[in-house]
Amino acid sequence: MARLAVRAREITKCFGEVVALDGVDLDVAPGQIHGLVGPNGAGKTTLLGLLLGLAVADSGSLEILGTPIRRALDAPEGVAGFVDGPGLYPSLTARQNLAALVALRGPGAPTAGIDEVLDEVGLTDVADDRAGGFSLGMRQRLGLAAALLNKPRLLVLDEPANGLDPTGARHVHRVLTRLAADGTSIVLSSHRMDDVESLCSEVTILATGRVAFSGPLSKLAAENRELDYRVITSDPPKARAIAAGITGLALAGDEDVLVVRTLVPALDELVIQLVRDGIAIRELAPVVSPLEAAFLNLTDQQEDDR
Amino acid sequence: MTATLDAPERVAVARPASVARGYRFELVKLVSQWRVRLLVLACWIAPGLFVAAVSQQSTLPVDTLFGRWMLATGWAGSLVILGFAGLYALPLLTSLVAGDVFAAEDRLGTWRHLLVAVRSPRRIFVAKVLASLTVIVVLVAGLAISSVVGGLLAVGNQPLVGLDGHLLSTGDAAGRVALAWLCVLAPTLALAGIGWLGSVLLGRSPMGLVLPALVAFALQLCQMLPLPVAVRLALPGYAFISWNGLFADPAQLSPLLIGIVVSLVWAVVSTALAYVVFLRRDFTSATLDGAGRRAILAGVLPLVGLVVASVVVIAVATPSLGSGINQDKVQRSVATAFAHLYRLQTGELNRPDVTEAQLGATAACNKGGGKLDPVGAGNDWRCVVSWHLPDTPAIGQAIYQLDLTPDGRYMADGDGPKEVNGYFLVHTPIGDAPNPLWQFDGNVDLLD
Repeated sequence: MARLAVRAREITKCFGEVVALDGVDLDVAPGQIHGLVGPNGAGKTTLLGLLLGLAVADSGSLEILGTPIRRALDAPEGVAGFVDGPGLYPSLTARQNLAALVALRGPGAPTAGIDEVLDEVGLTDVADDRAGGFSLGMRQRLGLAAALLNKPRLLVLDEPANGLDPTGARHVHRVLTRLAADGTSIVLSSHRMDDVESLCSEVTILATGRVAFSGPLSKLAAENRELDYRVITSDPPKARAIAAGITGLALAGDEDVLVVRTLVPALDELVIQLVRDGIAIRELAPVVSPLEAAFLNLTDQQEDDR
Repeated sequence: MTATLDAPERVAVARPASVARGYRFELVKLVSQWRVRLLVLACWIAPGLFVAAVSQQSTLPVDTLFGRWMLATGWAGSLVILGFAGLYALPLLTSLVAGDVFAAEDRLGTWRHLLVAVRSPRRIFVAKVLASLTVIVVLVAGLAISSVVGGLLAVGNQPLVGLDGHLLSTGDAAGRVALAWLCVLAPTLALAGIGWLGSVLLGRSPMGLVLPALVAFALQLCQMLPLPVAVRLALPGYAFISWNGLFADPAQLSPLLIGIVVSLVWAVVSTALAYVVFLRRDFTSATLDGAGRRAILAGVLPLVGLVVASVVVIAVATPSLGSGINQDKVQRSVATAFAHLYRLQTGELNRPDVTEAQLGATAACNKGGGKLDPVGAGNDWRCVVSWHLPDTPAIGQAIYQLDLTPDGRYMADGDGPKEVNGYFLVHTPIGDAPNPLWQFDGNVDLLD
């Protein structure tokens, strides 16, 4: 049986009277990129901090790479990453930042080459520039490089795409995908649903310290309630009339763009009827992504429950 | 995309980074800062240049202890710098280094990163303290060495006139100057401890950064007040002043040793408080809630308690409930200094040498023209010094006005007769020379 990279059961963590995590379960398989999403204050950073070993849960059990975590700073070798920013020293160059970390780890620790990780995150050209002059995106990439120095088997990243331009984001995606393919498990939090959808095979949605959903993205879409879809056709008035006749479809949008709120079966019925009536479908897409819709649905529901 | 690990692998336990590696890491971070580099450069160059430049002028900083001797010996310049350093430079240096060493991580948001890398708050604390201490010692060493080198190059290696007027040989002067710089390391350490405590307690707040300088300023204000000697000695900055006693004969060691011990106790207690607060800190919480209340509970109250305890111990162990300045002490100090300086003047004028015993100098001092009780500090002390003129039965007399500060230091200003102390210069066979009896500095031992 495959050992999980992360196995958390009933994790609870409080700060004074504030319950940051409330009975959280989390499974992350080896080589999986696991997304952690949730509104601000949902407990994402706290959970990531526990995975990095920065603190220990008040109750529940946490195993990382098969090692039970019972004390703070007790995470096993092979766990790397960052929370609340990449944590770099602006007075040092990119190379000096990494060299200082290598020196700190000592000669016995498994360490990747500095040039190698700088190249991997695309910072070779600015390796000897001070990190203080870096853009947010460059700092994120340098933070990723610092994590890669440890040859991680579990990589924990808090908003790794924050501040990245599309090219940088694509670069980071490539690195993470390559790591996952090599067996590294990755837990990343992000507010960018497109990132999570494009990178993650599984996702955990947190709301007010509780798990609102955890599992594959496909399961999330299947479990999800109605979504808004934008339908652009060759004959908008006729398409609108057809949609109005289908049960379980709510109409919105203007004369040119039809927006329907529905479940997948009713949407299928609409497509079939449009094609049958000779209406070309030029675009059919969810107004918001299934993950984002699910995220909003689930978190709103949890807020209502409170 | 998902791989599996079917065979359980042994995962090595991550070990904390050693203190030595953490120390190097912290040192690299400190030395990479432009601010620290500039401080090091300034401390190793500026004092030497200042001493050399002032030593070429005719106007000397006579208000500063040993300033009036800067043209006479290269050792005086270093002591002028030492006096200035105790007032301003060392508190500021410790503020900028110790006061920022923990707060910098708050400002940069790097605590979590550092904890993940080092895996031991204890070792982080020790490494930071040792690294900042190293930088502070390098800065103090720079001030000392630079000022000595500047003085010796510009003026030369001549004997130094001590605070009671006796002449220190060049070797003795070198030893005592080095010892004086070593002594001020103790209050510097106390300020560093306060800096670490402020840095831990107050995080990114600017108050943490300036705390040692503020404390040093407050301590200086206290030393200017007419406080009992026990209170004066119980404050951690007293060793910034009491090194003066090294330049008397015999050396005034009691206030110096007490000042050093108090400073070291402060250093240990404030560092220990910083350590406890640091280990209790929750690094998963991004904000430092209740920092103000915690600062009072963990920082201010224990240190106030330490002052009270120190006052009690010193008051019980020494006769120190008064000002430490009385008529007898002032008279002895002035007479001794006068006798030594008279010999110096005799030598300058190429007259036959006399001994202090032959002079038999005595002083009669009063305060406020005799209308006030002759105790305590004030600029209204007046002394009439009498001595036996060599080879004659006549008694010489000279008058001095004293400005005596609460820490026991005084400046005696000659008020006649003009042949003895009336002129700034004396005519010697080789030209004009400063008159050692015109004005002189002295020091009353508060615990004598």
